[in-house]
Amino acid sequence: MSGLHTLSIHELRDRLRRGEVSAREVTQSLLDRIAGVDDKLKAYMWLNPDDALRQADAVDAKGDKPLAGIPIAMKDVLNVAGQPCTCASKILKGHVSVYDATVVRQLREAGAIILGRTNMDEFAMGSSTENSSWGVTRNPWDLERIPGGSSGGSAAAVAGDEAFGALGSDTGGSIRQPAALCGCVGLKPTYGRVSRYGLVAFASSLDQIGPFTKNVADSALMLGVISGHDAGDSTSVPRPVPDYAAALGRGVKGLRIGLVRECQIEGLDREVDAAVKAAVKKLEDLGAEVVEVSLPHMQYCVAVYYIIATAEASANLARFDGVRYGARVAGDDVIEMYGRTRGQGFGAEVKRRIILGTYALSAGYYDAYYLRAQKVRTLIRQDFEKAFQKCDAIVTPTSPEVAFKAGEKTDDPLKMYLSDIFTISVNLAGTCGISIPCGFTAQPKLPVGLQILGKSFDEETIFRVAHAYEQATAWHKERPAL
Amino acid sequence: MNYEAVIGLEVHVQLKTRSKMFCGCATEFGAAPNTQVCPVCLGYPGVLPVMNAKAIAKTILTGLMIGCEITRHSKWDRKNYFYPDMPKNYQISQYDLPLCVGGHVGKCGVTRIHLEEDVAKSFHFDRTSGVDFNRAGTPLMEIVSEPDMRSPDEAAAYLVALKEMLVSGDVSDCDMEKGQLRCDANVSVRPVGQEKFGEKVEIKNMNTISGVRRALGYEISRQATVLDRGEKLQQETRRWDDETGTTSVMRTKEYAHDYRYFPEPDLMPVIVSDELLEEIRRLLPELPEAKRQRFIRQYGLPEYDAGVLVANAALAGFYEKAAAGSKNPKAISNWVMSVSDITATPIRPAHVADLVAVIDAGRISGKQGKDVFARMLATGMSPVTIIEEQGLAQVSDAGAIEAFADQAIAANPKSVADYKAGNEAALNHLKGQVMKLSKGKANPQLAGEILTRKLRG
Repeated sequence: MSGLHTLSIHELRDRLRRGEVSAREVTQSLLDRIAGVDDKLKAYMWLNPDDALRQADAVDAKGDKPLAGIPIAMKDVLNVAGQPCTCASKILKGHVSVYDATVVRQLREAGAIILGRTNMDEFAMGSSTENSSWGVTRNPWDLERIPGGSSGGSAAAVAGDEAFGALGSDTGGSIRQPAALCGCVGLKPTYGRVSRYGLVAFASSLDQIGPFTKNVADSALMLGVISGHDAGDSTSVPRPVPDYAAALGRGVKGLRIGLVRECQIEGLDREVDAAVKAAVKKLEDLGAEVVEVSLPHMQYCVAVYYIIATAEASANLARFDGVRYGARVAGDDVIEMYGRTRGQGFGAEVKRRIILGTYALSAGYYDAYYLRAQKVRTLIRQDFEKAFQKCDAIVTPTSPEVAFKAGEKTDDPLKMYLSDIFTISVNLAGTCGISIPCGFTAQPKLPVGLQILGKSFDEETIFRVAHAYEQATAWHKERPAL
Repeated sequence: MNYEAVIGLEVHVQLKTRSKMFCGCATEFGAAPNTQVCPVCLGYPGVLPVMNAKAIAKTILTGLMIGCEITRHSKWDRKNYFYPDMPKNYQISQYDLPLCVGGHVGKCGVTRIHLEEDVAKSFHFDRTSGVDFNRAGTPLMEIVSEPDMRSPDEAAAYLVALKEMLVSGDVSDCDMEKGQLRCDANVSVRPVGQEKFGEKVEIKNMNTISGVRRALGYEISRQATVLDRGEKLQQETRRWDDETGTTSVMRTKEYAHDYRYFPEPDLMPVIVSDELLEEIRRLLPELPEAKRQRFIRQYGLPEYDAGVLVANAALAGFYEKAAAGSKNPKAISNWVMSVSDITATPIRPAHVADLVAVIDAGRISGKQGKDVFARMLATGMSPVTIIEEQGLAQVSDAGAIEAFADQAIAANPKSVADYKAGNEAALNHLKGQVMKLSKGKANPQLAGEILTRKLRG
């Protein structure tokens, strides 16, 4: 059965439930698509077709489980028992997970088929998926360009019809930015909404798992499956999970949409700016009220982020030492073994961040860097609280620019860091955000992402706004020619 | 010159909990290597810690016993350093907000008590090393004292008192051989009369209380010798070698770790509510000193007996059961103190009370009592059964004794004559004859009374 791979999760679910297609047919169709185009895209690092088909045969696709028979791809940072989990790093080469992440268990319980593993920046550090020890993933809209990062493989897979849905992780924009650059929907849930158990940590106080989908309704469906309290993650919040689907279709009439004064930055691409402004106009036409809000500490976000995230990472990545698992490079004594293992196992960007974080936590520098960054983080959180007193959702560009060419920024890490400016503040505040397609640049044709931000645990409102916009536009239906 | 030592102790105590600090693995000692492990305590990629509430409760209980202020809003921190016995290469510990602050053990001040996770155990073979992670993640409580001790004896007394308290509260078994209680010492010396502390040296690797005492003794004289030679001491960490009885340098100040503490983002702060605190307060055991005083008051025991009994919680518990309702609690204490292993003895407390009662009632002699007690220790039988079985009961029947007395008087005219002539000692000979005729069963006191009456009459 051809063409199945182009369907959304909802479309697919209807056909599966009606018995028009089987889970095996769906999976096979997707595997065929991957076999056909992944040589170009290189979204998948690892795939086990036999295992995927076995899972498909075992599932009751006509049952009422929310994701029954639907294959979902995993970023290589999530543990799936029996599958490799390398975080695209040489240091975890050959490591096979011994347990399922909580989200993986939830997906299995929802009837999903756990598909292959998608490429990423090593340990989720990067904005282009170029920092992968495995290889470079390409943007489906222009194979010379990067898909964004760090969850570039998941974004490219969904945008290139190589997955119906995928999971990624977002520490500073790693779901929303690649979703924007590839032209799909990417959600970063509120911190504590989704259990992090089984997600290999980059920066524990910022990481959240979230879905990539082809439309907003699918995103709401997937969030419903993966959210909820988990006793295995002390930072997951014991709040009931709302019926996200019910938030869809209620329109934006009466909602106040905030535009952030500080988002008019230098370096904001003219076409991106125009597309976002047009989207705001569209929301106004649909009945939303537009208000101006201020996030006065936004200019400090990148600095604060690169202190807190690297500090946490320096400790989180200390466990990769060659003693218990992963790659080991022998040495004459244990210190030499550590040095060789880590020296050869980690890539340049990961080392850069470990060194930055170690420095920020060092005696004599802690107060000036880490402590001060935490204080500014509190101010940033308060900025959002104040802004959300004036509006129900905030709208910004997801990324100041569209997908750039592979290799274009690899020599300038600071420039790469600055491209996270619109997404990072959300992780620092712990709130939620979604990126949806809102247009294309003219030449070459590249997707532009609209970021919609909400209050903590108010994913319903951002789904509502995103869905209303999506229903009124056709951007999400455009497909790259592969 | 005369020097004064200044000593502070850092004591690590493994808490007696069924599961580890941040995962569900068992904490039992002595299992085969790496059999009590899971992805969490092995530090696998992607795992997260979950607090063990029991361990927090036991730490707070310790704080209450020591008289600490309980921190109502404390938190966890990461202590960063690389070592093969550290699964994550950071230890989850408490840095600036420990669970308990202040307090005293005896006269020595306590600075703080915090909770952390124990590390694994390294083994070194000929050409390789191995790590057993069974211990990794065991709840570990660190009790830091003030530099209030001035001699190795004071340090040993602090440890004994602390151990007694922790055992009585069921916080830990404190078995030093199993590493359940471990001690590092900070020691410096200063000329008597000087206020400023000398350069402090940390000593590690002391595995017994007597080891602590010896290590401190050695280190104090070593430091005094260095100063007497006109040399300077430097801040350093030294390792105690129990076999040679000496300390040697492990690392100097320049190689001190920068642990880069920062708040643990994977755990929520520890909030101690009023309700939790009250719940734990109800678990407070009677502290050893208070118990000793009560034993002296309630049972009329000498200080020595109270000390011996209270030092062993099982012994004290046994004693209290035996002494309940007894008219002679001191006699009960004598018997109970003579039991070598109270937890293994088959004797029941009520039987000790029975034994004291039958002796006091004159049914058997004290000497017979010892034999009965020995049999009780061996069999767990009641003294009444043993007395009946062996026909030990004293003959206190005056009629029977009178018959023996008459026989003795008739057979020993010389003794009778001696007694009548004023030789009181001759009575003992006659008494001996009565005992002999009764095969030792006559109540000796009664026999004496009857003989006296007959001879005078």
